[in-house]
Amino acid sequence: MQKIIKSIIVFLFIFVLLVFYNSLNRETNYSTDYLVGNKLTNINLKSFDDNKIYTSEDIQKSRYTLINFWASWCAPCRIEHPYLMQLSKEKNLKILGVNFKDKKINASKFLNELGNPYYYMAKDTTGKQSVNFGIYGIPESILIDNETIVLKKFVGPLNKQNLNDIKEIINSL
Amino acid sequence: MLSNTGNFLLFINIFLSFLIIYNSFKCLKIKNNLIFKNIYQISLLQSTLVLICFFTLTAAFIVSDFSLITVYQNSHSLKPLFYKISGTWGNHEGSLLLWVIILTIFSFLFLIFNKNHSKSYRLYTLIIQNLLILGFLFFIIFNSNPFSSISPIPKEGLGLNPILQDPALAIHPPLLYIGFVGSSIYFSAAMASMISNYFGSLFAQSIKSWVLISWIFQTLGILVGSIWAYYELGWGGFWFWDPVENASLLPWFAMTALLHSLLVLEKRNMLYFWTIILCLMTFTLSVTGTFLVRSGILNSVHTFANDPSRGIYILIFLSLMIFASIYFLFSKYKPTNDLINSNSKETFVLINNWFMMFYLVTVLLGTLYPIFTDAISNNKISVGPPFYNSVIIPVVIVFLFFMAIGPQAKWIKNKFSNLRSTLSILSGAIIINFVIFYFLKSYSLISNLILISSLFLIMSSIFDFFKKSRLSFPRIISHLSFGFLILFIGLNHNFSVEKDFNLKLGEAKKIDNYEFALLDLKLSQENNYKAVVGKLEVNNSNTMKRRILYPEIRIYDNPQTLTYEASIQTSFLGDHYLTMSNIDRSEYYNIKFQHKPLMIWIWISVLLLSFGGFLSLFKNAKNN
Repeated sequence: MQKIIKSIIVFLFIFVLLVFYNSLNRETNYSTDYLVGNKLTNINLKSFDDNKIYTSEDIQKSRYTLINFWASWCAPCRIEHPYLMQLSKEKNLKILGVNFKDKKINASKFLNELGNPYYYMAKDTTGKQSVNFGIYGIPESILIDNETIVLKKFVGPLNKQNLNDIKEIINSL
Repeated sequence: MLSNTGNFLLFINIFLSFLIIYNSFKCLKIKNNLIFKNIYQISLLQSTLVLICFFTLTAAFIVSDFSLITVYQNSHSLKPLFYKISGTWGNHEGSLLLWVIILTIFSFLFLIFNKNHSKSYRLYTLIIQNLLILGFLFFIIFNSNPFSSISPIPKEGLGLNPILQDPALAIHPPLLYIGFVGSSIYFSAAMASMISNYFGSLFAQSIKSWVLISWIFQTLGILVGSIWAYYELGWGGFWFWDPVENASLLPWFAMTALLHSLLVLEKRNMLYFWTIILCLMTFTLSVTGTFLVRSGILNSVHTFANDPSRGIYILIFLSLMIFASIYFLFSKYKPTNDLINSNSKETFVLINNWFMMFYLVTVLLGTLYPIFTDAISNNKISVGPPFYNSVIIPVVIVFLFFMAIGPQAKWIKNKFSNLRSTLSILSGAIIINFVIFYFLKSYSLISNLILISSLFLIMSSIFDFFKKSRLSFPRIISHLSFGFLILFIGLNHNFSVEKDFNLKLGEAKKIDNYEFALLDLKLSQENNYKAVVGKLEVNNSNTMKRRILYPEIRIYDNPQTLTYEASIQTSFLGDHYLTMSNIDRSEYYNIKFQHKPLMIWIWISVLLLSFGGFLSLFKNAKNN
């Protein structure tokens, strides 16, 4: 009996350590640099207002899409908002806003106050969908093309430099 | 120059560690109870040189020597001197050097303060501790060298993350490291105890002070971290069940269990192997926490730049530690026939240990579960506060009751002679709770139970205070303050008020019994940041009190970052907490106001908790 218990304990530790090792080697969900150049699959986002679901097909309609993760409670989101408003005027680009762990009423208030730059509005009330995009804090933005390939990823609020980078990419044709 | 000095000192330290191990083995062969004088000397030299090595790095930070990569990446010439100094340990490489300091100093102090214990036990402790030191020194030199130089030398550094430029955060890591790394000495002692067959109450006596020291510092480290989160992160909370916070809590549970099981080992010579397991577990959990944080598997404000090679190194180190522990434990383990009466102090101490293990396993599972699901099923999930709150809070209620009754039990066999006073204390607790509930505010059933159980613990401890001899003071103080801690958290949670609104300059707004007015906005220029400082008037029509609060929006230069500094007015009754954030292209500012009752008492309770530990340490030192 004692031998069995001992073997189980050893096995358990080996298992835990192997999982740790495995986690080290895999692309961590937090270092999201690996996303650049990859294709986003399984896009499945609930619309902010109705029961519509946004999928890759919707995104493929536009030459470029900027997926922006934001929330009304997020102070840095307010800082980047003017840049999003500027980007919303670009004709090659559509912005998909994903409202993250937020209350609908607060989110609407936020947009009424600061303007709505989003062509598509999706919500992720539980924060689970955003994890699939490698999001670990907000605001974050992902620039993708019409084949849903990630061109650039922005962690933290967009700044003037980011704005210029985005403009350069979308107007490079 | 500083780079060469630092590297040289690191290599010398490796040599000294080998020398200590070699001499210790040589000394073990001689059959007397004397330890070579040179072992003491080398050990002292080692501690001194590690300190000099650390000061070399500090000097590089002070003079802004950007030829060192670590200084370049984490400092800036315009940074205030205080943060230049604290920058030494505010990064991965420098903090590892701090680890080695604690490992060596504890090793030396253990050697000189345990002179009345067996020679082989002390020498094996020294050998194992030096193996740990070697592990970390190799890690530093080959992977995370703070003295690596960069060429051409940059003119300016990248700066330290502004939210880390904070007095609380400057002392948070050293406190926590003394707790974390301090536990290494009883890991080594536990291994040495098994190797040299030095067990029983003597072993308990030899490590008790060290467990207390690490426990006190771990408690203080967690406290300072919480205070920092409270006023710096600007959310008004102080515990977020963030994986990294959990990593500091796990060894704390193990240490607390160990402190209690040591009592049984010391007094009754029982639970030896269980105590050994706790010793091994505490340091193993500390290293596991370090692995999780530094490898980048988990991410939070604490994560320094990710580097998988670091992770591999710590993982190998951790695996060696675990398997060496298991090997010695299994080869030395003998089932003991400890007969413990179900109604005795021993049982109550065991109950404490079960609770601690329950908390430990809960928090460990919550922390590791997302890593496991991701690795096994590629399914990314996050475990948040609802899980911990719903699993832990109901159990805390039962725990508090046991914590109140346990200390009154007698060793070997107990009789419930004081059932009457226990019942009257319980009735008192229930009555006080209902007075609060009835006259102030109603709250949930679980909050009622939390308040009753914490009041029960507080009142039982006070009752004890008048009944028991002075010798029990440390325990009474710790238990009493834990009761206060839970009580204040409960009251704070139930009586907090939060208001969120927008205001522009000169405007006033009335919400419930509060009236807010944004009186003034000023721009101030500080050394390394500029700030927009708001002047807000808060009037409470219930209390007729008027307050002025000054929240700030700071724009740091290096690296350019925006932070929101909460303005907090603390009083013994509660905190008024206010943050202000700007709304772009609008003259309005977003204001978040919170009234958090009895906040300062939460900190004081934790301070008192560690003070109890300090008194116990004092008592223990006096007894020995």
